[in-house]
Amino acid sequence: MKAVRLAATVLAAILVLASIGGSFLSRFDYAVQDREQVNAGPSSKHWLGTDDLGRDRFARLLHGTRVSMLLAPAAAAVSVLLALTVGAAPGFFGGFSERAAKTAIDLFLSIPWLFLLLTVRAMLPLNTSPAVSVTITFLMLGILGWAAPARILLARARSMRQSDFIVMACSIGVSPCRLLGKHVLPNLHPILLVQFWISVPVFVLAEANLSLLGLGVAEPLPSLGSLLRELETVMSFRGDLCRFAALIMLILIVSGMQIAMSEREVS
Amino acid sequence: MRRTFLYVCLLVTVLVSAAVCLDELRFYLRSEPKSFNPALVADDASETIRYLTGGVLVRLNRESQKLEPELAKAWTVSKDGRTITFTLRPGIRFSDGTPFSADDVKYTMDQLMDPALHSPTGDAFRSTTGKVVPVVSASDKISITFPAPVAGLDKLFDQVAVVSSHSPQKEMAVLGPYYVSDHKSGSYVELRRNPNYWKHDAAGRQLPYIDAVRLEIQSNRDIELLKFTRDDIHLINSMDADAFDRLSRSSPDRVRDAGPSLDSEQMWFNQVPSAPIPGYKLEWFQSRNFRHAISSAINREDLCKVVYNGHARPALGPVSPANKFWFDSHLQPVRFDPAAALQLLQQDGFQLSGGTLHDRGGHAVVFSIVTNAGNRSRERMATMIQQDLRSLGIAVNVVTLDFPSLIQRIGETFNYEAALLGLVNVELDPNAQMNVWLSSSDEHQWNPRQKTPATQWEAEVDRLMRAQASAMDNQKRKKYFDQVQEIVSEQLPFIYLVNKNALTGISPLLQGARPVVLRPQTYWNVERLSFASERASNGK
Repeated sequence: MKAVRLAATVLAAILVLASIGGSFLSRFDYAVQDREQVNAGPSSKHWLGTDDLGRDRFARLLHGTRVSMLLAPAAAAVSVLLALTVGAAPGFFGGFSERAAKTAIDLFLSIPWLFLLLTVRAMLPLNTSPAVSVTITFLMLGILGWAAPARILLARARSMRQSDFIVMACSIGVSPCRLLGKHVLPNLHPILLVQFWISVPVFVLAEANLSLLGLGVAEPLPSLGSLLRELETVMSFRGDLCRFAALIMLILIVSGMQIAMSEREVS
Repeated sequence: MRRTFLYVCLLVTVLVSAAVCLDELRFYLRSEPKSFNPALVADDASETIRYLTGGVLVRLNRESQKLEPELAKAWTVSKDGRTITFTLRPGIRFSDGTPFSADDVKYTMDQLMDPALHSPTGDAFRSTTGKVVPVVSASDKISITFPAPVAGLDKLFDQVAVVSSHSPQKEMAVLGPYYVSDHKSGSYVELRRNPNYWKHDAAGRQLPYIDAVRLEIQSNRDIELLKFTRDDIHLINSMDADAFDRLSRSSPDRVRDAGPSLDSEQMWFNQVPSAPIPGYKLEWFQSRNFRHAISSAINREDLCKVVYNGHARPALGPVSPANKFWFDSHLQPVRFDPAAALQLLQQDGFQLSGGTLHDRGGHAVVFSIVTNAGNRSRERMATMIQQDLRSLGIAVNVVTLDFPSLIQRIGETFNYEAALLGLVNVELDPNAQMNVWLSSSDEHQWNPRQKTPATQWEAEVDRLMRAQASAMDNQKRKKYFDQVQEIVSEQLPFIYLVNKNALTGISPLLQGARPVVLRPQTYWNVERLSFASERASNGK
């Protein structure tokens, strides 16, 4: 099983590194349209062919993966930090703060996230560059995605409250803040890490969902999600396997991460 | 022996059911019809039902674009344009057997003009306040007098389906080729041949040829295409260029390109003085030179070639060449010329430095184009415009929004800079565009609801549109409307991009289909459509 985990981690790492160094691998700009070469098949010039506006698909795949793989972890970090703030301290201290945090978490979990995202996105300023727009999209995902990890952290912090080492620390007069900082947080660290790694593919897929609705990353910037739009209609498949490149890339990265993390969770 | 008998029975059943299936025309409605009452038609699906079931006094021939007599064998419009007199065909009956007379026309007009009913069809006749007076002078003669002249009055009756004044079935008793026989909400509408339909072909056979029409409700275009390729449905009234090309590769006999349609795609800049956008940007957008420069820098030929696979034409102005009478043939196509565009911008004090265009105040020229999310053609057009304008040093941000948010920004908050949307034209007459061109109108999108016209040219457009609406002579009306088109192409409040072609799908099983650019493109002559096998069997 260790070998599988290692292979998955290496594969995911290679793909991510390839996408980050993508600009050295592709001769083309991801945004430049060659209108005489629309929907061209793979060739020595365009390794994965061109898309419906004549843009090099390989360049877009590398750049899109880079965008998704840089911003999804950032969004996951925001989400986990918010979850820690809302879940850990109230869970540990209990009382009113715990009840308030639980209510807030339940409220957030009950909101249909897609509609919330659509509403928030519609309120954003229009004149933002594609790079800022994609950052905002992922930031929104991070800000709105804290509730599920917060519930787990809250439960874990609450269970720690009654544990022997905390009771003993209290009995010798350790202050609550010191208890939280020195004893509780280090014990929450593995859960935080797991929640972070679980959130990364979730956010990549969430952005893909938004992009499929045309509400994700702004043109001409690509992301894994926006590249998947080439497959949006069942009938659009024209025997052009290169259209599946983004899907294959997404599956490889997400499944690689999941395998790596499931092993970590078990251990 | 028993087995042979069973096989024979099975074969007979298959043949019989195949024959029955062939005599039913099937196609999809994109949504549930909101109403079966012809006076209340306000959506595409209801319009389809009205077209297939409603009997009208006069019908606009979708092919020749000329009016033809239907239930009325003759009609005259008074010189003052206020009164229309119809002479009706004798001996016609509704689908339930009730006789048709001038009383039914009077009843229909009373219903349409009833303010309590809020009929969208009736609204087209309301040029001013006052009562519409229908007077029945004989059982086959009726005069309808309006309080003010109505331009193109006779053409408006193409939309008026006559309902029975005394049938117990009310509006379900019809005079058209079919009547509604069954309806399951959210699933299908079944129509059957009207046994009392008055029309016959040259050989004396009663029309329509096809016994039934089944309209299933299906909004998914992929399923529609799939079912069409399997002959589960026989018509696709409009399809996008990608689907058209895919089908034309696999079965070219199924698709027809009827040429440029009435629909156009266009972009415009927000010129509302109170819009929450910076003053310097408003100044750009209100400059005629700026709008002309943007227009010249857009490669329309590429838009047609790349986005519509060649199934579109660069648009010349507010009226498509498909509108044979009202199109102003003097309009010149916009030439793609980035160098000329830059010169125009320089006349307004813009300077290109370091690959970025700056205005007189040193502001970099950056603006956003909003369009509706999910419309891939518009998103692609906006992305191509983004690249075209980059050559002038202009940065364009493409923003896709869900439709309600987009409409709110365009029509209420005016919080946008430029928009790219399409205009669906269903009527030929310029009166249908009054709500776009009058400066006081809600749909005057670049600067709606003006108390007084903001510019001289808008005041002139207002005057010309009112003049054409009150003139009775069509040539005079055309002269006025040509002037409107010329002012619009000079001032460019809308930058017209392309006129999409009318792309349709017609099953090879179907005979007599002659797709046109006007709606309904494929079944406008439904009564003369037939299935190949059926016509053959009738010919024997």
